[in-house]
Amino acid sequence: MNSPAVFADVSPYFFFIFAGMAILFSTMVVFKKNPASSAFSLVLVFFAFAGIYAAMDAHLVAALQILVYAGAIMVLFVFVIMLLSSDVPSLDMKRSGLMTRIAAVSAVALLLVGLIYVFKNNPSLLPKGPHSPEKIAQVGGNTRAISQLMFSDYLLPFELTSVLLLVGIVGSVALAKRKMGGTK
Amino acid sequence: MNLAAMDMIDWVIFLAKPVLICVIMLQVVPIMVWVERRGSALIQNRLGPNRIGPLGLLQSLADAIKMMTKEDFIPGHVMGFYYQLAPVLCVVPAFMTFAVIPFAGNLVMDGRTIHFQAADLNVGVLYILSITSLAVYGIIMAGWASNNKYALLGSLRSSAQMISYELTMGLALVGIIMTFSSVQLADIVAGQSQTLIQLGPIAIPKLGIFVQPIGFFLFTTAVFAETNRLPFDLPEGESEIVAGYHLEYSSMKFGLFMMGEYISMAVGSALISTLYFGGFQMLPGMGWLHGQIVQAAALPQLQADLLRVGFEIASFTAKTGFWLWTFVWVRWTIPRFRYDQLMDLGWKFMLPVALLNIFATGFFIYKGWI
Repeated sequence: MNSPAVFADVSPYFFFIFAGMAILFSTMVVFKKNPASSAFSLVLVFFAFAGIYAAMDAHLVAALQILVYAGAIMVLFVFVIMLLSSDVPSLDMKRSGLMTRIAAVSAVALLLVGLIYVFKNNPSLLPKGPHSPEKIAQVGGNTRAISQLMFSDYLLPFELTSVLLLVGIVGSVALAKRKMGGTK
Repeated sequence: MNLAAMDMIDWVIFLAKPVLICVIMLQVVPIMVWVERRGSALIQNRLGPNRIGPLGLLQSLADAIKMMTKEDFIPGHVMGFYYQLAPVLCVVPAFMTFAVIPFAGNLVMDGRTIHFQAADLNVGVLYILSITSLAVYGIIMAGWASNNKYALLGSLRSSAQMISYELTMGLALVGIIMTFSSVQLADIVAGQSQTLIQLGPIAIPKLGIFVQPIGFFLFTTAVFAETNRLPFDLPEGESEIVAGYHLEYSSMKFGLFMMGEYISMAVGSALISTLYFGGFQMLPGMGWLHGQIVQAAALPQLQADLLRVGFEIASFTAKTGFWLWTFVWVRWTIPRFRYDQLMDLGWKFMLPVALLNIFATGFFIYKGWI
């Protein structure tokens, strides 16, 4: 999965279909006037990503991508959008000034040049890790390999993350209660 | 799976399984509509539909013809594209979940192993959870695209309900995953064929319901809430929000929402049977019968295996059928909840109990009792 030729064993057709979908729907997220349409497009972007992960045999990451992003986070986004008034366009569609447009185009061009330069000169950006596909198959699949690591070597960071999430929940409840006019 | 290395027969098997599953699932809908109507009549001491065909069996066919030939009216104030898309999004995830449910043991034929499961993913249960979490989009989209406040309120209610009970469902499944130490449904089914206790000549198998009784109740309740069935059918309410999220839908588009509900019911029943009742493991007595038939007719290996697959499919169907009937049974027996009661039950009772269940399971496994 993390060998240098990372896309070599992925069927190129699948990759181009899903990558194309991802780019298409990402642009729709930006250009759709209606915020709910943007949100639904973003769900499809997550699906395209999940498709790419699945094509790379990372089924667990693909399932989690859909479960967490498409199934949980985006549902909350859509909720918020529907509860707020939905007729406010997300983008100010007034025609922008000439300077802004030139700046935008040159920024995109610069980014493209930078990316091409980086990928041309470093074909193997990803360092080779210990978890080759053969090793993962030996342990018994992605799910088992990841959970073994998560509950042994990375137990402390994993638990700390959950504490961090708890702090986030408590903090948001505390803030919301104060705004609602608590007496303290 | 290596697509290039598959020959003709592999391709036929590969394509036949999803088609077979979809066709069978589509048959569940009219049958269950009939069972629902006759069953409710039975429980309420009425007759139910009895005019069309023997025992009213063709009533569902008549209903389907009515649905399809009715005028497909689209109100002027809806958001066209999303309005059309929403019913489809309600049906598709329901079908997709069935892909990972095994409905019979492996069959070796001509040196080729056939898995009776459309896709043996090594994320099994997680795939089910992620697809279930998508079902909510169809409902949100329907309510929003209908551009009607009753529909929007109905869809908000329904999606809040589904999100709340998804948590319990996921946590209830954790218990099963811990017990059988796998997320793959085929492994979970295989794990349930082990013997839990030997009582004289009778071996009690390690069924999910014996090792995870609390998890079973939590999961079943969550499935009822996820499918929006009574006693949790809060998305609709004639006196409050009329028909809820499908208020603006008519003819076959409304039919698709109904199909989605029945297919989710079938998937939920199949899941309950698979996770807690041994899935395709044969019903008591069937294994003995199978042995007798094989011995009496002196069947060769292949035919004995084919017979075994037949028995396993029959057992799986019987278990799923029982749970489908339970959905109907509960619907016409228990009155519906009020919305705040539903939320209290989900967040203040089921969620803590599900967490406790995980701790208890961990303790039992640590002690080596299961």
